Amino acid sequence: MSDNAESPIETQKDESQPLSDDATTNDDKKKIDVLLKAVGDTPIMKTKKWAVDRGRTVQSLSQFISRFLKLDSSEQLFIYVNQSFAPSPDQEVGVLFDSFGSDGKLVLYYCKSQAWG
Amino acid sequence: MDKQGNDNIDSHGPSSIKADCKTSTKRSCLPLDLGVCLCVWGIYYLCATGSRNSMADDKDVLRDVWFGRIPTCFILNQDEVTEREAEPYYLLLPRVSYLTLVTDKVKKHFHKVVRTDDVEEMWLEYEGTPLKWHYPIGVLFDLHASNTVLPWSITVHFKNFPDRDLLHCPSNSVIEAHFMSSLKEADALKHKSQVVNDMQKKDHKQLWMGLQNDKFDQFWAMNRKLMEYPTEEGGFRYIPFRIYQTMSDRPFIQKLFRPVSPEGNMHTLGDLLKEMCPAALPHDGEQKRYQVVIHGIEPLLETPLQWLSEHLSHPDNFLHICVTPVPSD
Repeated sequence: MSDNAESPIETQKDESQPLSDDATTNDDKKKIDVLLKAVGDTPIMKTKKWAVDRGRTVQSLSQFISRFLKLDSSEQLFIYVNQSFAPSPDQEVGVLFDSFGSDGKLVLYYCKSQAWG
Repeated sequence: MDKQGNDNIDSHGPSSIKADCKTSTKRSCLPLDLGVCLCVWGIYYLCATGSRNSMADDKDVLRDVWFGRIPTCFILNQDEVTEREAEPYYLLLPRVSYLTLVTDKVKKHFHKVVRTDDVEEMWLEYEGTPLKWHYPIGVLFDLHASNTVLPWSITVHFKNFPDRDLLHCPSNSVIEAHFMSSLKEADALKHKSQVVNDMQKKDHKQLWMGLQNDKFDQFWAMNRKLMEYPTEEGGFRYIPFRIYQTMSDRPFIQKLFRPVSPEGNMHTLGDLLKEMCPAALPHDGEQKRYQVVIHGIEPLLETPLQWLSEHLSHPDNFLHICVTPVPSD
């Protein structure tokens, strides 16, 4: 898909880590807060809350998490919304935020094996 | 066009569905079968006036939507190296299905002539646009090809898979997973996932098998549960919809939208577009620039959204709406 999953430049912001190269402007309209939660025996991420571009795809986010956790390239990573469904890899996180975000953030669950159908 | 001559829709009385066919070639208007209209003429008005339609008419709409077909001609990409000339392959594609689910025969047909060491994953393209298998076939047609001469001419590729544009589809289980996820997402919007979560594994399987094997009764025996809602609420919690635009590089618009206004009025298709995609609506004194198409027809903007969601949703339970420019000719 169209998005690249380059390692983000780690710039500490208030509480959300910007998840992109152009971390200089954290435009509220272009970025949303995503809370990443591990499921089962999947390793947790020390930083859980990230500021993510609305247009970033689920696939690109999943590649980022895999890289962050240094998962083997053969290991799959599944992403879930609401502990109920796996969004399509080309789905934009901004769209998911609009429908399934709550308290100003989108909670996504990640898992190395299929968790919810 | 498997249904020509059957199930003509009654067009009498305000409580029935009025089918008025306006063909793109400006032929005379005939009350054609909905399925035929869906696949052949494209431009067509569906009108749902009055408070509720009779049950019999509504069931016919579900059936006609399910059996909508698009006559399609598959042609091998010229750059593929072949042992001998590749004959085109013709199919009637079900609008509500997925390309990779119904093109096994196409793959087999072209495998016979393509050099085997050149064969990679098959992908399909129309006039330079790679076709996303994970969008319903009818959506791809309405979005990219609604003004084409039929049959729809799709080019078949076995090389240079466009990773940037398409998801890989190594097996039918990938289609099943995508379909079930979409359906669960829709139910998260409609019923906070309560209905789909109350179903058993075999019920989920029944929905998938119904789609995979084109079994209308099998599918709808289960799907009707996903269409229920508390009478006092007048509709679902939110309407699962996606608005696609050819003129946009965004994949689609999807937001929260309720079927009933705070004042208790039924929201219409026009209300939805006004909020989500106002450019799609005709402005006063201006010539119409865009057409709003669902299953190849242009429903009246006054049609209640809840009714559209119950009757014109795809099997994934989303109402897929295409906004395309009005053809200039």
